[in-house]
Amino acid sequence: MAAASSLHVAAPVATPRVGSSAGNRSASAARGVRVAAAGSGAARAGGRLVARAAVAAKENSPASAASKSDGHEVLLFEALREALIEEMKVDPTVCVFGEDVGHYGGSYKVTKGLAEMFGDLRVLDTPIAENSFTGMGVGAAMKGLRPVIEGMNMGFLLLAYNQISNNCGMLHYTSGGQFKIPVVIRGPGGVGRQLGAEHSQRLESYFQSIPGLQMVACSTPYNAKGLMKAAIRSENPVVLFEHVLLYNLKEKIPDEEYVLCLEEAEMVRPGEHVTILTYSRMRYHVMQAAKTLVNKGYDPEVIDIRSLKPFDLHTIGNSIKKTHRVLIVEECMRTGGIGASLRSAIIDNFWDYLDAPIMCLSSQDVPTPYAATLEDATVVQPAQIVAAVEQICR
Amino acid sequence: MAAASFTAAKFLAPVAARSGGDRAPLHASSSLWPRTKPAPRLRTRKALAVSDVLSGNKAAPAAAAHPSATRDEALELYEDMVLGRFFEDMCAQMYYRGKMFGFVHLYNGQEAVSTGFIKLLNQADCVVSTYRDHVHALSKGVPPRSVMAELFGKATGCCRGQGGSMHMFSAPHNLLGGFAFIGEGIPVATGAAFAAKYRHEVLKESGPDGLDVTLAFFGDGTCNNGQFFECLNMAQLWKLPIVFVVENNLWAIGMSHVRATSDPEIWKKGPAFGMPGVHVDGMDVLKVREVAKEAIERARRGEGPTLVECETYRFRGHSLADPDELRKPDEKSHYAARDPIAALKKYIIEQNLATESELKSIEKKIDDVVEEAVEFADASPLPPRSQLLENVFSDPKGFGIGSDGKYRCEDPLFTQGTAQV
Repeated sequence: MAAASSLHVAAPVATPRVGSSAGNRSASAARGVRVAAAGSGAARAGGRLVARAAVAAKENSPASAASKSDGHEVLLFEALREALIEEMKVDPTVCVFGEDVGHYGGSYKVTKGLAEMFGDLRVLDTPIAENSFTGMGVGAAMKGLRPVIEGMNMGFLLLAYNQISNNCGMLHYTSGGQFKIPVVIRGPGGVGRQLGAEHSQRLESYFQSIPGLQMVACSTPYNAKGLMKAAIRSENPVVLFEHVLLYNLKEKIPDEEYVLCLEEAEMVRPGEHVTILTYSRMRYHVMQAAKTLVNKGYDPEVIDIRSLKPFDLHTIGNSIKKTHRVLIVEECMRTGGIGASLRSAIIDNFWDYLDAPIMCLSSQDVPTPYAATLEDATVVQPAQIVAAVEQICR
Repeated sequence: MAAASFTAAKFLAPVAARSGGDRAPLHASSSLWPRTKPAPRLRTRKALAVSDVLSGNKAAPAAAAHPSATRDEALELYEDMVLGRFFEDMCAQMYYRGKMFGFVHLYNGQEAVSTGFIKLLNQADCVVSTYRDHVHALSKGVPPRSVMAELFGKATGCCRGQGGSMHMFSAPHNLLGGFAFIGEGIPVATGAAFAAKYRHEVLKESGPDGLDVTLAFFGDGTCNNGQFFECLNMAQLWKLPIVFVVENNLWAIGMSHVRATSDPEIWKKGPAFGMPGVHVDGMDVLKVREVAKEAIERARRGEGPTLVECETYRFRGHSLADPDELRKPDEKSHYAARDPIAALKKYIIEQNLATESELKSIEKKIDDVVEEAVEFADASPLPPRSQLLENVFSDPKGFGIGSDGKYRCEDPLFTQGTAQV
């Protein structure tokens, strides 16, 4: 069993979620690696989780001090790199394309040292031509390689929209199933610290309609490594959303190999009063708000949905059936965002279980301003989350 | 119009050389451009006209000997071009009879390019095309019945009826599409070529002949598109085993090439990226084949890409929906007189490689093949509803986990699109 992530209380209990869960998940662990149930999990046994600060700088919880589990501390970008290295060692068809991924080591150091380890062809420094090198990844995938394509900033992948929608998403279908496109498209996105409008984009809402794509968002070193490995192993094209502000999060992760499930959500904090659905950086704003809420006597259940497409309606549904109240907290824009789709899915599937209208807190529909005060007002802040929960639970 | 007279030496130089006499540079008299000092290697170049039509040069001295073919080669080429022509003619018929739908782009007139290049390839070599892809598919060996059934939208089509005219794929024949947006196939081709190099250098899998080669086919309009330039750069940078084949038929729907392109000589764009750029008479299959041979061998040896501009012409409109009112009758008749099939037939007869009746029997055989393809397509079933979502994901777990905790793909109704999402 994978060692517990120190974000959780020690000794989590693996809750079987699907009837033949062992069967399902070991199917995805084709190389005999156990898929971790704990992390994706179900640490529902026992007490509450300790709420985290918005952007954790250093682990300081009693849980991590107490657990003497094996494991090693990594920063989130190192976790991504570990995943890449492990997969590239095992499977020589895995390669990396992107700007400055090779000699420079990656703009956020995710690929640092990889070019020295694997060579310039496996860690390919591309010219600045996103649409074309993404398409190159598609063609290479059709001929048996497994490219990991990096957008130096996720926003640059807008230039690759032609290839991502028409080719990544569609070619398996239009070829009648003859070719598969096992690419991973990844990069840092989200609103950072005064990076300006064009470096602060959230592409998950733009890509979500593309049939044939899967989308996941990592938020901790533990799930970053597990999701990166799962994405590389998946036969589907997967977009992995990383966040500019989360790369230096530190966490102890297992020494032994683990792969997470792409389609599952992650229980962050079990609770009774309200289901808060979130992903990526907003998880930390939610957990900060949760501290305040707990002091005020609320018991929020926090789920990091992780899989932005498709949604894990099992985890989400079980939570709603328990709490009957839903708050979605997201960083993408309100219009056409992940929250909009999630709201629809919840209404379609769990209407009878709702005691209150679904609330959704999203970023403002505005190009992210440079000025700090305006930028702060663009994204959802913990105080707003607290107020929303108070309103829902009234 | 004389083709480039090919010797390895000329070909290895980054500038295409031309046999035949001097021709006036296109822009010599233009006062619009300040003439910048050309790069040294270009100083000795003769500027070349794109086509007889553009330059008005009807007298085309053929200083070089015309390339030749053996009987077997010539008959193979003849049969392939006839298949392409008859198939496309049948498509037009079927379309007007309501058996084929949507946008259908026919290749009539351009057969020399497809046949001239693709018949030189091995099975492991890849072809990437555009929406004008039926004949590329046939030349690569995709059975005519599979292509026809795909065009009829039947489940027995090469893409199960899911792709249609503009999206022909065949994994066993390494046909990597079929693309509707111009230019979007070129990066895919570049990726296939990258994979060939990767297999050789990283995976240490080497074919006995050398690297597997990829051919990217696209038109004159595409040569103004960013993906074209980006891929010329990357292919040359990494010396990828790819040949960029421009089918310059002078028209992008109703936009004439010279109205859209600042410098209409597309072959020149090769040397700008450090690769050879070659111009060839795309209405002459033997000339195309000669150029193709060199370009493909270059790629196979690992010497990198070549840009080949084939001057060609489509006898029909852009698609079956195009009224084709902008092209002048004398332009059309000029090229009709250069019909590649008629030209090869004339060559075969004059060189005594085969008799008229042998050629007629090839044509009859192809008639039967195309008829059979139609019968097969007609008799084939339409795709059932259950097929709707089957190929959205290679791994259907991508449809996710439903509220009952099971993966949706475990529900047998799911691929019909009737299950609750």
